[in-house]
Amino acid sequence: MSEYIITTSKGKWEVIVGLEIHCQIISKSKIFSSASTEFGDDPNVNVSFVDAGMPGMLPTLNKECVRQAVKTGLGLNAKINKYSEFSRKNYFYADMPTDYQITQFRYPIVGEGEITVDLSDGSSKKIGIERMHIEQDAGKSIHDLNPTKSYIDLNRAGVGLMEIVTKPDFRSPEEAGAFLRKLRSIVRYLGTCDGNMDEGSMRCDVNVSVRPYGSTELRPRSEMKNVNSVKFVMQAIENEAKRHVEIYENGGKIEQETRQFDPTTGQSKLMRKKEFAHDYRYFPEPDLPPLVLSDEYIEGIKAEMIELPDAKKQRFITTMGLTPYDAAVLCENKEHAEFFEKAATGHDAKKVANWMMSDFFAMLNKKRLDIAQSPVSAENLGKLVELISKEVISGKIAKDVFEIMAQTGEDPEKIVEEKGLKQVTDTGAIEKIIDDVIASNPDNVSAYKNGKTNLAGWFVGQVIKLSQGKANPGIVNKLVREKLDK
Amino acid sequence: MTDITELTVSEALNALKKHEFTSTELTEAYLRRMEDNRQYNAYITESADTAMEQAKEADKRYAAGTNRALEGIPLGIKDLFCTKNIRTTAASHILDNFIPPYESTVTQNLLNDGAVFLGKLNLDEFAMGGSNETSYFGPVINPWSKDKPLVPGGSSGGSAAAVAAHLCAAATGTDTGGSIREPAAFCGITGIKPTYGRCSRYGIVAFASSLDQAGPIAQDVRDCAILLKSMAGFDDKDSTSCEVPVPDYESFMNGDVAGLTIGMPKEYRPEGLNPEVAAYWDKAAEYLKARGAKIKEISLPHTKYALATYYVLAPAEASSNLARYDGIRYGFRAPGQQHLDDLYINTRTQGFGAEVRRRIMIGTYVLSAGYYDAYFLKAQKMRRLIHDDFMNAFKECDVILTPTSPITAFPIGDESMLQNPINMYLNDVFTVSVNLAGLPAFSLPIGLSAEGLPYGMQLIGKPFDEGTLFNVAAKLEADAKFERK
Amino acid sequence: MAIDNLTVKQIAFLSRLKVEDEKVEATKEEFNKILNWIEELNEVDTDKVEPLISVNDTVLRMREDTVASGNCKDEVLKNAPAAEYDYFAVPKVVE
Repeated sequence: MSEYIITTSKGKWEVIVGLEIHCQIISKSKIFSSASTEFGDDPNVNVSFVDAGMPGMLPTLNKECVRQAVKTGLGLNAKINKYSEFSRKNYFYADMPTDYQITQFRYPIVGEGEITVDLSDGSSKKIGIERMHIEQDAGKSIHDLNPTKSYIDLNRAGVGLMEIVTKPDFRSPEEAGAFLRKLRSIVRYLGTCDGNMDEGSMRCDVNVSVRPYGSTELRPRSEMKNVNSVKFVMQAIENEAKRHVEIYENGGKIEQETRQFDPTTGQSKLMRKKEFAHDYRYFPEPDLPPLVLSDEYIEGIKAEMIELPDAKKQRFITTMGLTPYDAAVLCENKEHAEFFEKAATGHDAKKVANWMMSDFFAMLNKKRLDIAQSPVSAENLGKLVELISKEVISGKIAKDVFEIMAQTGEDPEKIVEEKGLKQVTDTGAIEKIIDDVIASNPDNVSAYKNGKTNLAGWFVGQVIKLSQGKANPGIVNKLVREKLDK
Repeated sequence: MTDITELTVSEALNALKKHEFTSTELTEAYLRRMEDNRQYNAYITESADTAMEQAKEADKRYAAGTNRALEGIPLGIKDLFCTKNIRTTAASHILDNFIPPYESTVTQNLLNDGAVFLGKLNLDEFAMGGSNETSYFGPVINPWSKDKPLVPGGSSGGSAAAVAAHLCAAATGTDTGGSIREPAAFCGITGIKPTYGRCSRYGIVAFASSLDQAGPIAQDVRDCAILLKSMAGFDDKDSTSCEVPVPDYESFMNGDVAGLTIGMPKEYRPEGLNPEVAAYWDKAAEYLKARGAKIKEISLPHTKYALATYYVLAPAEASSNLARYDGIRYGFRAPGQQHLDDLYINTRTQGFGAEVRRRIMIGTYVLSAGYYDAYFLKAQKMRRLIHDDFMNAFKECDVILTPTSPITAFPIGDESMLQNPINMYLNDVFTVSVNLAGLPAFSLPIGLSAEGLPYGMQLIGKPFDEGTLFNVAAKLEADAKFERK
Repeated sequence: MAIDNLTVKQIAFLSRLKVEDEKVEATKEEFNKILNWIEELNEVDTDKVEPLISVNDTVLRMREDTVASGNCKDEVLKNAPAAEYDYFAVPKVVE
């Protein structure tokens, strides 16, 4: 992997990045109450007395949130802690009705793990996971409905979150971006989080510091809160690292601080807070005894684990013959990978992959459709590739057939049959066309014979055109040369 | 016939079953007596209308023969239990006119057994206090007061005073560091703090979650048995509630104490212990010995540290539990605030009383960065040692007998208590260990001081062994022949 | 570990409580008295003692993932000192 180094007239700098990612857990009810997690309802509808922090209300833990966290932990190749504790993180916040957040502090449910990210130059890198814990989300304030008031909606308050903390292993914006895409892919495979950063169901805090290239010191970092797309995360790292370098090179100092990233400018600004104002006074949540998981419970979830992107990618490479790049692209999204496998079964997998990654995805993009809504079914895409492989149609005709499939959703065999698109492989018929073309173009024939041999391609093109594309290009090529060279 | 409001719960139940009077008559009698005795300031809110409806329903059930365990019995409810559609204050200005849209599990259990609720009883603000003087609604007067008004103890001061003055047949209380037992002792009645996890905390305004426990305050041991049976039970809405069956506590009262070993912790007899207290303690031991129990001196070595441990842990939890009273979703909001932090600060400063503010700040401090290990973690470790002391002691005894409080009821506005909060905290010296260890403990009256004020004895049991406490308490009660107000 | 006047102010702010300037000194004295008293705990060596977190050694129960509450915005909002358009209303929060 090519190194990401900030080089200035004064020196070279290395970037150190760690990420903290909040993933909303997919569950029907909230993590500590039985109110719905439904999104987009009227304000304060999906709020129980527990979520509203009413006096005397107590939290009860949602089994599904724990299961989802364990699944995700396994997906991060991480240690599942059989003993974990909930803690209270105390701070006053209008969106947090109890004015403390129930989270995990000293004993998180998931310990160290690692995931592999694929980089654009074909290399890969392991990124360490420090820990993952579960906690409750806050509600939302609406600031733009009234000039002097903020309005609080608690629908989101109490939705389960998984907070994943990485080690400071990233050395470039690209690595951080690749990690986020990989993480998103894993949680989507597992169905533990929908991974939509733009809707806030996956939110990223970015910790950035720099150090002189070659040194091993750790310098103060700045933390940027709630950076809500992969692109912005990469941009935030790039710009924040540059800002650090500039300050250091001008003799300044960086203080550990929290900053807010502004997506419209790509820059961040300091979030002003009094120094002692952030004392969260964590202590074990007395309303919830420790969470203890049995070996059988964890093994049970392990046994139900589905194939994750890395394993699937490896299998696509080794047993289906895909290139690592193609396999990685197809495996990023579980539905894509499953569609591919269905389409490729019994057919030329590499060709199916090529078709998916070019015409097929282009068609979905153009029609703004999810793969689940594709008019072209996996079976039909497989059949189309099979028609090409068996030389029933040419690659060129196949593109036309695909167009029709995209319009009508029809079976390619039926289209080829009905429209008479079958490739002509009868050498007699082809020879007749070639003879006609040679006879009507004596100038080009003599030019060819005088050394302009690349004119053979022109003759092949003419023949295929006259056959309305149905003549097999291989046969045409062979026969054209034979006849011209005679 | 005696005044029907002076009957015990068991007596009233018998009379109701025999149709000697109706629940409506009984409830009306209590409502009248409440009206005539407002000088005690025992009730914060009287709910006469709902009480009368409940009483009518009870009478129908008696007529139909479908009466339940507490059918038609008029109770007072400590105003820390949320009661649906009835104002709940926790004796604080900050909950100003809060009407809960839900019912606490304990009060729901009582309603399900047919109880009638007369109203909400006064207490120390958020149950923080030992004299009921921190209530926003003013102090409660102990019915034993003679020339000058005495405190009823706290924090369940309204409950104890109301039971002693017959302003309800029995009452609910909560106990975080002695808040059932101390007022029961000061008012010459009985009360039990059950094992932590025995009664659901759902719907009870939280003070210190790991210590809070609800229990009954009643005229005698049998009434406590009847009430606790109804109040207790597993509740899946409280994750600290225990799935342990609730026995018929009354049945234990016919038991035998012969063969039981009663432990008397030597650490509870410090130099300078009030000789009256020491004498009653020994007398209680003699009563039990005379009935065949074995008396044994035991040791609870870390007793000395229980108070300091408690006054770290309880304020710490309270500082977090009380953060939610911020003026946004319910209760009092300081008017005219332009900024959110001002709204928080002014609401809370005006809404909480001095003792609550003190404890919130102490709690905040002991949890803050740099002090957590020195105070909070240290106290959690001390809690382990105190808990283990009891577990070791219970290897050699079945029940532990101690005084409930080193003193009797003191005058309202006592200077030494008001000047130095630690002096007030010291009154909890015999009660807080039990909460730290999560154990059940009973207080019952044993006799009067020279000044004619009641002393209480405390019986501490093994976890979930309230039954044995009822057995021993019944014998002590029979022998002490204490005359209630 | 005696606390000073600044700490009193900081603790008050963390608690979102106000201690009037003229009461800071007295509050400090009082807190130091209480904290001194608490420090008698240091007489006991607890290095090898596990903190007690759950008194009954209960293990956390888990609830089935079903929707069984909510849909009660009127009850949720009815005690609010200020509610508008079904939201809780507070003075404008400047982020």
